[in-house]
Amino acid sequence: MRLYRALLHLYPAAFRTEYGEEMCGVFSARKRNTSGLSRVALWAEAFFDTFFNAITVHWDLFRQDLRYAARTLSRAPGFALTVILVAGLGIGASTAVFTVTDHVLIRPLPFASPQSLVKLWESPPGYRMEASPANYRDWKSMSTAFEAMSAFRGLSVNLVGQGQPERLEGASVTADLFPMLGVQPALGRSFAPEDDREGAAGTLLLSHRLWQTAFGGDPGVLGRPVRLDDSPYVIIGVMPRDFHFPSRDAELWTPMRFAAREFEDRNDNYLHVIARLAPGITLEQAREEMRVIAARLEHAYPKENARTGITVNPLRDEVSRQARLLLAVLFAAAICVLLIACTNLANLLLARALVRRKELAVRTSLGAGRERMLRQLLTESLVLAVLGGVFGVLAARAALPLLTMLVPQSLPAPEPFIDLRVLIFAIFLTALTGLGFGVVPALRATSGAAASGLREGSRGGVGGRKEPLRSALVIVEVTLSVVLLVSAGLLIRALWRLQATDPGFRSEGVLTLRTSLPMPKYERTATREQFYSRVLSEVRELPGVSHAAYISFLPMVLRGGIWPVSVGGHIQDRAESHTASLRFVTPGFFTALGIPFRLGRDVSEADRRESLFVAVVSESFVRRYWPGENPLGRSFQFAFQGRTVVGVVRDIRVRGLERNSEPQVYLPYKQVPDGGLSWYAPKDLVIRSFTQTGTLLPALRRIIRSADPEQPVSDVRMLAEIVEADTAPRRVQVRVLGAFAAVAFLLAGIGIHGLLSFTVSHRAQEIGVRMALGAQSSDIFGMVLRQSLLLAGAGVVLGVALGYAAGRAMQALLAGVTPGDTAAFAAAVGLSLVMTMLGSFLPALRAVRVDPATVTRAE
Amino acid sequence: MAETQIEALLPLPPAAFHILMALADEDRHGYAIIQEVAARTLGELKLSAGTLYRSIQRMLEQGLIAETSERPAPELDDERRRYYRITPFGAAVARAETRRLTQLVKLARASGFAPGRA
Repeated sequence: MRLYRALLHLYPAAFRTEYGEEMCGVFSARKRNTSGLSRVALWAEAFFDTFFNAITVHWDLFRQDLRYAARTLSRAPGFALTVILVAGLGIGASTAVFTVTDHVLIRPLPFASPQSLVKLWESPPGYRMEASPANYRDWKSMSTAFEAMSAFRGLSVNLVGQGQPERLEGASVTADLFPMLGVQPALGRSFAPEDDREGAAGTLLLSHRLWQTAFGGDPGVLGRPVRLDDSPYVIIGVMPRDFHFPSRDAELWTPMRFAAREFEDRNDNYLHVIARLAPGITLEQAREEMRVIAARLEHAYPKENARTGITVNPLRDEVSRQARLLLAVLFAAAICVLLIACTNLANLLLARALVRRKELAVRTSLGAGRERMLRQLLTESLVLAVLGGVFGVLAARAALPLLTMLVPQSLPAPEPFIDLRVLIFAIFLTALTGLGFGVVPALRATSGAAASGLREGSRGGVGGRKEPLRSALVIVEVTLSVVLLVSAGLLIRALWRLQATDPGFRSEGVLTLRTSLPMPKYERTATREQFYSRVLSEVRELPGVSHAAYISFLPMVLRGGIWPVSVGGHIQDRAESHTASLRFVTPGFFTALGIPFRLGRDVSEADRRESLFVAVVSESFVRRYWPGENPLGRSFQFAFQGRTVVGVVRDIRVRGLERNSEPQVYLPYKQVPDGGLSWYAPKDLVIRSFTQTGTLLPALRRIIRSADPEQPVSDVRMLAEIVEADTAPRRVQVRVLGAFAAVAFLLAGIGIHGLLSFTVSHRAQEIGVRMALGAQSSDIFGMVLRQSLLLAGAGVVLGVALGYAAGRAMQALLAGVTPGDTAAFAAAVGLSLVMTMLGSFLPALRAVRVDPATVTRAE
Repeated sequence: MAETQIEALLPLPPAAFHILMALADEDRHGYAIIQEVAARTLGELKLSAGTLYRSIQRMLEQGLIAETSERPAPELDDERRRYYRITPFGAAVARAETRRLTQLVKLARASGFAPGRA
């Protein structure tokens, strides 16, 4: 019988109290008539019966409560809307940030068994770099920890013959890469091992997007010949729609081929290496094996592989640290907003519960049990939370495009979207929020409701009693909003500092575009020269153009292109970080970008292959190798040649505003070797002009078309945009965090306002008595303000301390701004005080307007 | 009793209809209802305790039945037991349900679904 009684606990308490005894009676009567097997059957029936009926009874109750909640809430639409809005903001912020965080950091990559995929790097002390073909070949043959190892390199080609010539990004990959990732083409076939032999016919896989845009989604593209950079290729397949590799902008893939000479130079590092751990092999075991292999390779090639280790990282972790920290900060901020929203809601519901004490007391005296009323109140808060959740998910959806800008381009996955996983998260949050802000008020409202509610009569509430719980909640809100304000302030300061950083060149009024000359058509330096001089001379003729020049790569567009430097015959190994960035330029580049000369001259048309190999270097280059000496006429070994310094220019920030850049070496464009260093052949055109881009661009396109009708023009941008793009992720981050801080600020204001309004209306009588006894308006005003300032003060003190801790945690994002930045803290504290004042103003005014005669008479 | 109120409760769940029938001639307590239903259906339908009291709770709310304060002679009474009686509204709903079922059976017969003598 005890077991049956226990079973009955599945029913709601009210039902159990009402019918429990009788049900036990019925059950024992039936039990008396059974024995043996039939008794077992009776028990089985009892289990199912209780289970099924308990659910039905709960459901009935829930529907009843739901109807009741709908009725009560529709009678207080202002309250309901406020709660829905507040809950929605909290849930929306968290859901939006979760969507992106999950996408970038948590969700497995869209490849087969992604957890066993790793990326390998060569790592000389202090940094890491791509592998050279020779080292890759040796890793592959010497290692046993991997089931497969493959490589790829970025590819940027001109696609000719499909309407307008186009510049496309993609990758050239070894044939075993796609099978290793477990990805099959949606159409056609993948690369076969024969495809990456030297001399095989060129084969090409299209991305789904390129297939749709350039080929109209025609399934007949298979076998169609196209030309990439002047070489013939045949389309053999189309990859699935959701396949993005190595980055989201990849449009096509070709098989990678290694010519025998590519294995000669172990310091020609350009391969990205990906491998799959063999079954049963841990990451640590693989790292251990690669340590041994690195040591053996260093022993065999002491110069090229000097102190060069091998880094093995899970592919998932290749998302940069910066993105990780950034998302962690946003996630923490979103949680703060959610917490603030919850505390705010708890406060709102507490206030309402107090107002409703009378109603609850009446219901209790009519026989509703405490459990029954708790259920009722919780259902009400769940209804509000669910409506808030719906609003939140819609808000998250609206905010997603902004947050998507935070997803690194290098993530090989589709853009984030709201799917079942995210919805489950939102539902979870909603339930948590509903319970979080519902439980405490409901518990308080129902405890002793019958006892006190009726007795207190018309005032139906707390009288002049202090509200420690509600005050604590307001303090929490102020604290969290100060933390968010401080964090946002610090990031804004960091952004300002970066935006004020001098890039070393003048970007305003400079238009840039790229003409990547295809090889082997432009393999010969002389052929390229013809193109450059024709284009440049015609561009310089255009009205409004003051300067035009070509360079290998614009600063902040390509951050690499780094070569070892050796001075005075002393061969530096690459571990000693004697490196500089290499760019070939046409004469006039420095003037076009406003980079001032410190010494000597520009490169000139007279600097040819057959004359002296010369170089223009940056000031930091001089500081490093010839400090305090005249560098002109000095020579150094760089990019296979001795080069003599003829000029010194100011340093520019090649690697962007946030990072330190290597010293720069500029070489004359006519000294690019025939068929060598072709990647460095000038391709970016810079034009300083006074006219509008819109009028300039058609003329530019016409000039390039007349120089070579098959030459595509890509990456048309203002140089200022490039510099601005350098801080774009930060600006998004500041906007998101700023929005969170604004929401928090608003919510805390609402919280203070709500608490004060409530106390003022409940202390009206006390205030009335004070005024009758001669208190001045200013005394009453001060009394209310004092209360709010006390709360705000406590919140600000805590918030400043926590804000400092938050600032330290995200120091890596602050670009040198100290976590204790006075301006950020002063602004946060100032804003909090303003918010407190604004929140208290109306309640204080209402307190002053209390009419002593009315309130005292009312009693 | 408003016709719409009655209509809103139709069709009655079978358990509720059986309970109304069991209470048609006299007031009964829970276990007696179970026994009565079993007797009427020749042992075919044995209401479980859960189904019975869940139905009773709902029927009380709907006003189909009421708890009665009249109790049988003390020597027959068990004070844990509660007795239920059909209300006039309950009787009206039961009649409406009977009418509904009769009509349904008529329609079924017209379609040639008359049960043959096996």
